[in-house]
Amino acid sequence: MALLETSKYSQGSVLGSVNPDLASERQTASFSVEKLTALLDGGVEQTRIRRAVVDAIESDPVFSRENQYFQTQNERYEAAVKKAVHLQKKMHEMGWTENGPEYKYIYRALSGDVAFLLHRVFMRSISMLGSDKQIAKWIPLATQHKLIGSYAQTELGHGTYLQGLETTAVFDTATQEFILNTPKISAMKWWPGDMGRSATHTVVFAQLYVHGKCYGIHPFIVQIRSLQDHSLCPGVTAGDIGPKMNFEHIDNGYLLLKNVRIPRENMLSKFCEVRPDGTYVRQGSQKINYFTMTSVRISLIADEVLTPLMKACTIAIRYSVVRRQSKLKPGEQEAKILDYQTQQEKVLPQLAAAYAFHFTNDYLQELFNRGYREIQRKNFDMLPELHALSSGFKAMITQHCTAGVEICLRACGGHGYSLLSGLPSLYTKILASCIYEGENTILLLQTARLISSTAAKLQDLIQSGVKKHDAWNQCTVQLVQAAKAHCHYIAVKNFAETVEKLETKAGIQKIMKHLCDLFALHGIFSNTGAFLHDGYTSAAQMDMVTASYLDLLAVIRKDAVPLVDAFDFTDKSLNSALGSYDGQAYQRLYEWAQKSPTNQMSPAYERYLKPLLHNTLSKL
Amino acid sequence: MSVNADLRKERASATFQPALLTHILDGGPERTRRRKEIEALVLNDPDFQHEDLNFLSRSQRYEQAIRKSSLMVMKLREYGIADPEEIYWFKRTCLGSFPEPLGLHFSMFHKTIETQTTAAQKEKWLPLVRGVKIIGTYAQTEMGHGTHLRGLETTATYDPSTQEFILNSPTVTSIKWWPGGLGKTSNHAIVLAQLYTQGQCKGLHAFIVPIRQLGTHEPLPGITVGDIGPKFGYDEMDNGYLKMDNFRIPRENMLMKYAQVEPDGTYVKPVSDKLTYGTMVFIRSLIVGDSARSLSRACTIAIRYSAVRHQSELKPGEPEPQILDYQTQQYKLFPLLATAYAFNFVGAFIKDTYHRISGDISTGDLSELPELHALTAGLKAFTSWTANAGIEECRMACGGHGYSRCSGIPDIYVTFTPSCTYEGENTVMMLQTARFLMKSYTQMTSGQQVTGMVSYLNDLSRQRIQPQHVAARTVSVRINDPTSLVEAYKSRAARLVESAAKNLQAELNHRRSKEDAWNRTSVDLVRASEAHCHYVVVKLFAAKLAEVTDAAVRAVLTDLCLLYALFGISRNAGDFLQAGILTSAQITQVNQHVKELLAVIRPNAVALVDSFDFHDVHLGSVLGRYDGNVYENMFEWAKKSPLNKTQVHESFHKHLKPMQAKL
Repeated sequence: MALLETSKYSQGSVLGSVNPDLASERQTASFSVEKLTALLDGGVEQTRIRRAVVDAIESDPVFSRENQYFQTQNERYEAAVKKAVHLQKKMHEMGWTENGPEYKYIYRALSGDVAFLLHRVFMRSISMLGSDKQIAKWIPLATQHKLIGSYAQTELGHGTYLQGLETTAVFDTATQEFILNTPKISAMKWWPGDMGRSATHTVVFAQLYVHGKCYGIHPFIVQIRSLQDHSLCPGVTAGDIGPKMNFEHIDNGYLLLKNVRIPRENMLSKFCEVRPDGTYVRQGSQKINYFTMTSVRISLIADEVLTPLMKACTIAIRYSVVRRQSKLKPGEQEAKILDYQTQQEKVLPQLAAAYAFHFTNDYLQELFNRGYREIQRKNFDMLPELHALSSGFKAMITQHCTAGVEICLRACGGHGYSLLSGLPSLYTKILASCIYEGENTILLLQTARLISSTAAKLQDLIQSGVKKHDAWNQCTVQLVQAAKAHCHYIAVKNFAETVEKLETKAGIQKIMKHLCDLFALHGIFSNTGAFLHDGYTSAAQMDMVTASYLDLLAVIRKDAVPLVDAFDFTDKSLNSALGSYDGQAYQRLYEWAQKSPTNQMSPAYERYLKPLLHNTLSKL
Repeated sequence: MSVNADLRKERASATFQPALLTHILDGGPERTRRRKEIEALVLNDPDFQHEDLNFLSRSQRYEQAIRKSSLMVMKLREYGIADPEEIYWFKRTCLGSFPEPLGLHFSMFHKTIETQTTAAQKEKWLPLVRGVKIIGTYAQTEMGHGTHLRGLETTATYDPSTQEFILNSPTVTSIKWWPGGLGKTSNHAIVLAQLYTQGQCKGLHAFIVPIRQLGTHEPLPGITVGDIGPKFGYDEMDNGYLKMDNFRIPRENMLMKYAQVEPDGTYVKPVSDKLTYGTMVFIRSLIVGDSARSLSRACTIAIRYSAVRHQSELKPGEPEPQILDYQTQQYKLFPLLATAYAFNFVGAFIKDTYHRISGDISTGDLSELPELHALTAGLKAFTSWTANAGIEECRMACGGHGYSRCSGIPDIYVTFTPSCTYEGENTVMMLQTARFLMKSYTQMTSGQQVTGMVSYLNDLSRQRIQPQHVAARTVSVRINDPTSLVEAYKSRAARLVESAAKNLQAELNHRRSKEDAWNRTSVDLVRASEAHCHYVVVKLFAAKLAEVTDAAVRAVLTDLCLLYALFGISRNAGDFLQAGILTSAQITQVNQHVKELLAVIRPNAVALVDSFDFHDVHLGSVLGRYDGNVYENMFEWAKKSPLNKTQVHESFHKHLKPMQAKL
């Protein structure tokens, strides 16, 4: 990109020429930004492919997100459906396939702004939970979009606690069918994406009953809308659950089933099967039903959790060197707000966390791939560990990143509150991740079950005559803390190990080492109680921790802009008036605001203001 | 529909009468009665009924808000309601959690004209303002500058030949940005600008500027005005921009009660600049009250819903328990409930102090202002940060449904969160308090006594005579006694103020400039301010207990006060350990006691949120309904969603069907 420097606030648009305050930050980078980008991508070739995908998507007007902040829920939904349909064409045109190297970059390039994401989960659950015969039947239909799938697990009354789901599937031996029912209001499926308006089929999780006996939760493929005219099938009531904090483009839905009959073959039966005579057969671990969740939990970390934090850091840090406020020294120019220690203390630990969790994610991904290969061979040994780790990390990383995005938002002062900054929508989107795919507190408790740091305490209570379940409940606050600490420990350890393996050239190892130290010290600085209480750290050492921590802020400050540049987000993908590459924040804010539909004449003046001003209110 | 059985049971088992606690929060039974009377005027008025705003577009929401504003003007007059607090009760019942585009007209525009004008100006402008013949707003913030007022760039240059000021926005960054009601609603604005006269800059002054033509509402020549676009919240508010090009206003439009420009351009200086503190203190005290109220509303929703929602199992074979029975849920919500009560009392304290001191100000006694100004800056930041995080915790405590707009918590959050940045960015506020703390500390070390909330600093100088550190008094902390905990917080504040002061001195000893040293200590300084504010909050909460006459109410408030203080210690254990105020063994006891208090408060949790006495209209929440009939009403609410207007959405015909046909 050319660094054309022109007068910053000349009349007319200066967009495109780089703000000198931002340009100067780039000249002093202590490392090669391009090499760090390649490291994050996993190699130069990966960077090339990613950029090609991003370029192809962003140069296509159908995928544009321009003016998105001005659109209604209905408009956003329609645009997302249009994009999903167009994406099929685009992939064909570009020769991208689902197994190709480009595929994983498409979602990032679209910034998630596309419908039918649950279609993927639908397919994934069939591939993982279906028999070979079922896979052969359904996957081609789904691949060719002869049907649109969704995944209906959560109900109005139950979410993370799956055993509590209330939808029923009763086997009728006479007709060889399952009869699905929503017996009460709290049993209504609620929240599944793409289900409110789009999906024709969905995987319904229901309590299986055969000959009056309940066998627990099982997945069933249920058609909910006509393939001809999209009208609801008999016995099915479905619709959109209404506005949310974000995901305006997704039709999260509700679903009521009344005596809906599906053939016996529609129960996904790789691991459990109901034979024609009603015999129930289980093969392999029951827990495998949750494997879809485990895999979703891991896969969402990169796109739904890390990307928003990285984008938020990019916006906040670029804006912090463009915005000058107040004077550090009398008579000098106003200082860049990033030069204030308090500003550094807000945004730089978030930047360190973004890098730390990027490497944590690599580690988890590797672990998951190994586990997946084992499970394909019907070896379930790794499942408990995978389940515990995916739960704990999902909870810790989402919590940390969500807080981080919010800190970035507030670090941009008032302008962060404008949708045009891009930060509110990053925040409202990432915070959903704290709940979906498992509520965080509960996930941490799942991790805690696996680790033993509070085992002694539990043992004491049990011995003192408290019943085990009560004992568990009385310790849960501590258990949650222990689980978080455990995951935090692994994240620090993994970051440190990764840094050691980096090549020393190009200055990358050095800056990564600083970030790793900052990440670790920030963890101590914000939890001094835990470290002092353990007697692990003395009061004097704590003073040193604080001092080194504050010193590091000043060091990393110098590379802050190159470190966010290395994330390599295009302006289109940031979609932020404050955070674009050229740093022309104010000009862009002004130009974008003028496009707001609220700047067309509102009927409110004629209808209400005019009578008010002219005191003819009684006519209202 | 009848009240949900779980909530009925909760209410029956409370150990105190919620109405008595409501009276304390309102400031007496008579005020509770009057508040309810005024709320009933709105609730029973069919004119104020409207469809759920969540289903409307921004333009529609703006129009609804304008409609309501206009109606309110008329109805308030009809009912003869003129007391500011009573107007506030009336309006918040109309508006729920949403802002009013005419809000700044009635608050800042009116107040500024009332307090900063000469008698002649009052005579001209006040009838126009009060009769809503003109609609005004307060245009201070610019795109490039907010809290740092001296940096504002708009200019007002006096031209003696025509006796006019010429207003200009010389740069993009100088465009007025954010003022509420500026975009579409107002036809006048009070504009803050750098005054130039006789070739000299005289700093910021306020001017009344007409921006739209009366009658047609079109922008005047030389004025560019509009809406700044969508925000996180504040959908109904037309936060606006304003650009002025050689726009002329008569000399008389400068607000001239204090500073003046004479016809020939001679500038007459104001007497004291501390006077403007008054308005800032007032507005910041409102934000403290808003922190309390917003957090109280979020707690009401989350706690009622937690009593209604059953999930999972605590014991095998038993029915699913209420999620409020889980310790982790109590640990999320009860400290926030305690915080909401604490902030309610802090808000009342600041308001009373402000009214008391206002009397002094009008008689010219400004001695208490600097401390109050410093204290409200810090408390504004402390309470809004805490409430901001607390509201989010309440939302997440409601699981997935908290994320739906029907829970009402997203609205509370997006409406509340800008208070962390408006009326003084929080970090800057904390540093203002720190400046006062450092000044007091220096005063103390030079042998002078300091007074007011910082008088604990005097203890530091007394200890200096003895060889021991602050730590000497530790053993005496009794974790069951609020008064003793106040002492512990006091020691922590003293320690952190001292440590920040010493670090600041150390930087200065390194021959750094004053400003550099300040910047390099600012993280410590913010921590010191936070500790100071935390101490003030605990102190005010503990002091409130003595005022409560009903034994049952006092008992439950004491539990909450202990929980607030102990939870704060548990969360900031590092500070107390490092300073030697508490031992490791005591911290373990504190952690244990926090958990015991959760169980003690549990039976009163619903009654404690009922005591806030929010009508369902104030909550705007399906999850937090008084009757607890959550699930049925969620379904009813969702059916009204705009995506559900037709059974088959039009995008099926436009996109899906053609795609399936082609494949």
